[in-house]
Amino acid sequence: MANAKLLQGNEACVFGALAAGVRFFAGYPITPSTEIANIFARELPKLGGKFMQMEDEIASMGAVIGASCTGVKAITATSGPGFSLKQENIGFAAEAEIPCVIIDVMRYGPSTGLPTKSSQGDFMQARWGTHGDHAIIVIAPYTAREAYRETGRAVNMSERYRIPVIILMDEILGHLRERVEFKEEDVVTVVDRKGPAPGVPYLPFEDTDDLIPPFAGFGDGYRYHITGLIHDKTGFPTNDPETINQVMRRMNGKLDRYRDEIVKVKYVDVDDADILIIAFGSVARAAEEVVRSMKKAGKRVGLLRPVTLWPFPDKEIRKAASGKKAVIVPEMNLGQMVREVERAVAGEAPIYPLNKIDGELITPHEISDLIKEIL
Amino acid sequence: MDATHKKYLRMNKLPHIWCPGCGDGTIMGSFIRAIDRLGYDKDDVAAVSGIGCSGRITGYLDFNTLHTTHGRALAFATGVKMAKPRLKVFVFMGDGDATAIGGNHLIHSCRRNIDITAIIFNNNIYGMTGGQYSPTTPRDKYATTAPYGTTDPHFDIAKLCIGAGASYVARGTSYHAKMLTDLIVAGAEHKGFSVIEIITHCPVNFGRRNELETPVDMLLWQKDHAVRMAKAEKMTADELADRFIIGELHKADIPEYVEEYDRLIERVQRGDTGRG
Ligand SMILES: Cc1ncc(C[n+]2csc(CCOP(=O)(O)OP(=O)(O)O)c2C)c(N)n1
Ligand code: SF4
Ligand SMILES: [Mg+2]
Repeated sequence: MANAKLLQGNEACVFGALAAGVRFFAGYPITPSTEIANIFARELPKLGGKFMQMEDEIASMGAVIGASCTGVKAITATSGPGFSLKQENIGFAAEAEIPCVIIDVMRYGPSTGLPTKSSQGDFMQARWGTHGDHAIIVIAPYTAREAYRETGRAVNMSERYRIPVIILMDEILGHLRERVEFKEEDVVTVVDRKGPAPGVPYLPFEDTDDLIPPFAGFGDGYRYHITGLIHDKTGFPTNDPETINQVMRRMNGKLDRYRDEIVKVKYVDVDDADILIIAFGSVARAAEEVVRSMKKAGKRVGLLRPVTLWPFPDKEIRKAASGKKAVIVPEMNLGQMVREVERAVAGEAPIYPLNKIDGELITPHEISDLIKEIL
Repeated sequence: MDATHKKYLRMNKLPHIWCPGCGDGTIMGSFIRAIDRLGYDKDDVAAVSGIGCSGRITGYLDFNTLHTTHGRALAFATGVKMAKPRLKVFVFMGDGDATAIGGNHLIHSCRRNIDITAIIFNNNIYGMTGGQYSPTTPRDKYATTAPYGTTDPHFDIAKLCIGAGASYVARGTSYHAKMLTDLIVAGAEHKGFSVIEIITHCPVNFGRRNELETPVDMLLWQKDHAVRMAKAEKMTADELADRFIIGELHKADIPEYVEEYDRLIERVQRGDTGRG
């Protein structure tokens, strides 16, 4: 992938996943994610991989986890209604620490909503959509180029940490076709999950120093048990309070331990800005435009763009926001990320939400209007 | 316990959680004897189960075991089989697991004809949650959610699976343990999606509420109501009215899903898109 290409966001996700070694896809068609399934169906057999159109999103998520249990890298893609259906099995993947990647191309609204319109309404669901405490990583690309690279990174993180990773796209980014010039840094390297150490008894959910138990694929000669029940290090159900506490803290603790590797934030003119915009996905494209135009007009506006949404980049945001005249949080929802921003900034700067929920992208104009109002 | 059982069980996980007199233990015994007869290497067997009393079986079996979410065992198993076709995949489900919450996955697995052996523990009740009626509870039976008797009609699991395209469908019971072993062996050896419906007994949550006070009463009921295929063919519809047929009910030689997909891969890699 060294040259220039015309790529759609959805298409870029597929090629990023394949570059990272994904060889199994199971899904159920849903706008605006459908192209992802279509392209996997076309590309996977060429590589000896397998594509399955399942009977629904619940089955898709189950099949993805099943495939991953054999050691094969697996992925699924969906949008709002399907993302809701997948949640129980996403929780299973979190509890059983089965690597897998879920792409959610966000559409507007609850229920069937607006299938062909964009939103960022799944920001909180991506983190907390399944029940109970669980570790999960959520990332949000903002261009086709980044969709390629970040999908690769998502696969790699899931393999390395044994944590399900969600990629939050949105309709605009998913369908936008743009010229992508791949550079050196876009090359997706392949990371494989850590296997059992030879010569020692295999404990599938061992409390290792790195908090990541070694993974043995089904059929590799290690016979063990995988369950969504809370289990001890042997993999079998437990009711022992001490064990439950230890195991659940280890699993959830992976997010803290590897936080700095997982969290990725991009900055544009942040240091000497008076006003800081915090935006992700398609909205960050509009925000970038605002930074440029404001600069021309002699106004100092910066952009902090979280590429990793969860774990939330709170440290980075607090540092960048402290002492700013204003922090603007434009989102295509009624205010989800802004709650996290408020928590992170903790009163160190005034925060202005900017919310749009008509299915249309927030325009640079709307952001600059708010800035002018504040200044 | 004999050596065969010891060979395939995780002895340190016993005793099991099932109630005394439950049919699930008998079924596990029949399954173990089937595996032994099939001669599969334990490392090559994947046992996948749903949630329910029956679903707990995977915890005791010494294979690659996957205890999934309620109703979804077949979906997980489909991923396992597709990703690693050399594994022999068995799926264990309860009647609620397989035909209520998991009904969609059941019919679609039948339609795909994927080479998986599905073993359904039909005790006509939700055992684990305390005796609520299931889609296979007959009319006018009592359950914790049917204190005045059930009004819902019920599914015939074997018929449902035949209709949905499964290429091997059999029905056994927890009473006819030897026959059950034969049926599991035949189902596993059959290439394609095999369903073995097992009429089994939940004395605690079905029997007690429905005038079958003891496990023995329930087993005798099975003995009295089960009719072998050969005999059934000579009986009238009236004679068969409140009975059920056991044995191999359906067998068809149709293309298997994983093999078909592998053929597709081979074809695509040759540059043949199938469009001539
Ligand atoms: C999504 C979901 N809904 C409900 C339950 C609760 N639940 C656990 S087992 C079960 C029914 C079990 O009945 P069956 O499948 O017939 O298995 P049995 O216990 O009789 O073997 C239910 C409803 C659950 N675990 N998950
Ligand atoms: S509740 Fe019924 S099915 Fe469950 S273990 Fe007890 S007897 Fe068996
Ligand atoms: Mg039952």
